[in-house]
Amino acid sequence: MGTNLTIGKAINAGLRAAMEHDPKVLVMGEDVGRLGGVFRVTDGLHKDFGADRVIDTPLAESGIVGTAIGMALRGYRPVVEIQFDGFFFPAANQTFTQLAKMRRRSAGKLSMPLVMRIPYGGGIGAVEHHSESPEAYFQHTAGLRVVSVANPEDAYWMIQQAIRSDDPVIFLEPKRRYYEKAEVDTEASLQEVTPLNSARIARSGTDCTLLAYGPMVKTALQAAEADTDHSIEVIDVRSLSPVDYDTINASVKRTGRLVIAHEATLTGGPGAEIAARVTEECFYHLESPVIRVAAFDTPYPQSRLEEYYLPDLDRVLDGVDRAFAY
Amino acid sequence: MSDTAAHEEPELIQLLTPEGELKEHPDYPLDISAEEIRALYRDLVLVRRVDSEAVSLQRQGELGLWASLLGQEAAQIGSGRALRDKDMAFPSYREHGVAWCRGIEPKELLGMFRGVTNGGWDPHEQGFHLYTIVIGSQTLHATGYAMGVQRDGAVGEDGTAVISYFGDGATSQGDTNEAFNFASVNNAPVVFFCQNNQWAISEPLERQARVPIYRRAAGFGFPGVRVDGNDVLACLAVTRAALDNARSGNGPTLVEAFTYRMGAHTTNDDPTRYRDAAELDEWKAKDPILRVRRYLELNGLADEAFFTAIDEEADKVGERVRTECRSMPDPEPLDIFHEVYAEPNVHIDRQRSEFADYLASFEDAGAEGGR
Repeated sequence: MGTNLTIGKAINAGLRAAMEHDPKVLVMGEDVGRLGGVFRVTDGLHKDFGADRVIDTPLAESGIVGTAIGMALRGYRPVVEIQFDGFFFPAANQTFTQLAKMRRRSAGKLSMPLVMRIPYGGGIGAVEHHSESPEAYFQHTAGLRVVSVANPEDAYWMIQQAIRSDDPVIFLEPKRRYYEKAEVDTEASLQEVTPLNSARIARSGTDCTLLAYGPMVKTALQAAEADTDHSIEVIDVRSLSPVDYDTINASVKRTGRLVIAHEATLTGGPGAEIAARVTEECFYHLESPVIRVAAFDTPYPQSRLEEYYLPDLDRVLDGVDRAFAY
Repeated sequence: MSDTAAHEEPELIQLLTPEGELKEHPDYPLDISAEEIRALYRDLVLVRRVDSEAVSLQRQGELGLWASLLGQEAAQIGSGRALRDKDMAFPSYREHGVAWCRGIEPKELLGMFRGVTNGGWDPHEQGFHLYTIVIGSQTLHATGYAMGVQRDGAVGEDGTAVISYFGDGATSQGDTNEAFNFASVNNAPVVFFCQNNQWAISEPLERQARVPIYRRAAGFGFPGVRVDGNDVLACLAVTRAALDNARSGNGPTLVEAFTYRMGAHTTNDDPTRYRDAAELDEWKAKDPILRVRRYLELNGLADEAFFTAIDEEADKVGERVRTECRSMPDPEPLDIFHEVYAEPNVHIDRQRSEFADYLASFEDAGAEGGR
């Protein structure tokens, strides 16, 4: 049976399902309680599960992640919300020095089943620090799993898969797509749906592989539709750590071209890592260099310029054109 | 668990009651002329007007967002007018009243919320740092700046003082507590000015603190004081004393201005989801502007013509704010690459050049009839 949900409501429904399934699942963050979060993703959970399981924390991100680590050590499965991407950074110390390393340090005696939900990315006309794409920092950090959702179906299931994971998962939510709506099959089971680590072919094609995740998947699909000269295959990467190279390489070997689009800045971005790896593993299949379409290597600009800063349909098409210039 | 500290009634420094009566406080004598009080009244009214115009402009789509200072005018004007020219202020993002006192044009503030700039003014020129959005970060900057003032030998008679603004929510942040400690161990000439407006978005003060905020200072080893944040005279006197203490080499003070966020957190927020309307009514009776007007009227220090003139000036300021906001041009696309580094940078240069060519390709395509 299907339910029509937005991405935001689908995450909400997924959180609810996880909390119903396991009493150890907790939600923590700023304004997640009575307000239901500034994007309303935790709406209603405080009312239905109570203040012991839906915790309005003091305004302190390092405190949120640090105490969630403590909760995990005590056997809970905390789902923390960082209110906006730009406010993750005060929690960087706890995330990079503690959360990511705990399992290895303890030789596997300690698990960190912690999910960090972060609304991320630009395009909402916000003030500074509300439009960042920090995924490369997470991808670069051993010990973290990093995923991003692009549609309601994945939103509903991936949040539950992330919560079931015994490893810490950075769960990136494309905030400008929160209100995108689609059918969600809520009757499937966690075992049946696509595994958390897997990429998904969002559109089949034969001439070029276009790779995106999170907010850029929609743009990539639009670009594929718009380019009537070529048959473009769009892959939703979904998991940035680990990356599903089986799916990506198989596609590139079929199409011979790869274009990677993301909102994160170009240098040292996820596209750089994927390009290097694909070049190593698919070298003799490539008809052109791997092309990256990314944000510029500058701080996120004032919002009146974000339409130029963020890769849009035209910039993605320009990237595809560059791939076909070889 | 003992709740003594939490339940002991804290002293609230007040010099002007909500009814408009002047009170004396032995520690905070205030020598102020009628003319100066009229000037404060003018500041309060004009700043409230700038703020309400900005809220309207946001509703009309001219601003992306606005963080209203409604209810906090006295805390900001009182403390802002206590600053000397060479003093330095480090604001959060709601300090439109302090900005006003530092001579920042309202359009500069609006530009940030319109999305045409991330700052705009010259912090050194104005003695007013850029707005800081990541909560509590600026408290450490203020402390470090104050440590610089010490090293410049600018503490002592006629010394320089630094002030950092933040809210009740920020007192939970590590940065803020680290700033308290750095300031204390260095005896830095800094005043921590906390506007406790009772709400951090949807979370009431109880979610941030079990003791009155000003009492935290004692644990760090410097004085803390709670002032009626809706009393412009008390905010002026208390902040002036704290700044003088700092500038003369006696170290930091935490001032907790006890006030109320009468509006939403920002224009994106809906406080009806989490707080009671009755609470707002209670605070309306303590309005920071009304009590100054009552005082001036009760004591015959201002006539109807004065109040009319201020209202007319407010109308003019409002009109100016609207016009200036609407006529603010969008930055050029290549502005994205400006001032990322002090020195030339090959990445930036290359990307700017490529992007310029890319943008030009649309113009060429347009000339040829389009893609």
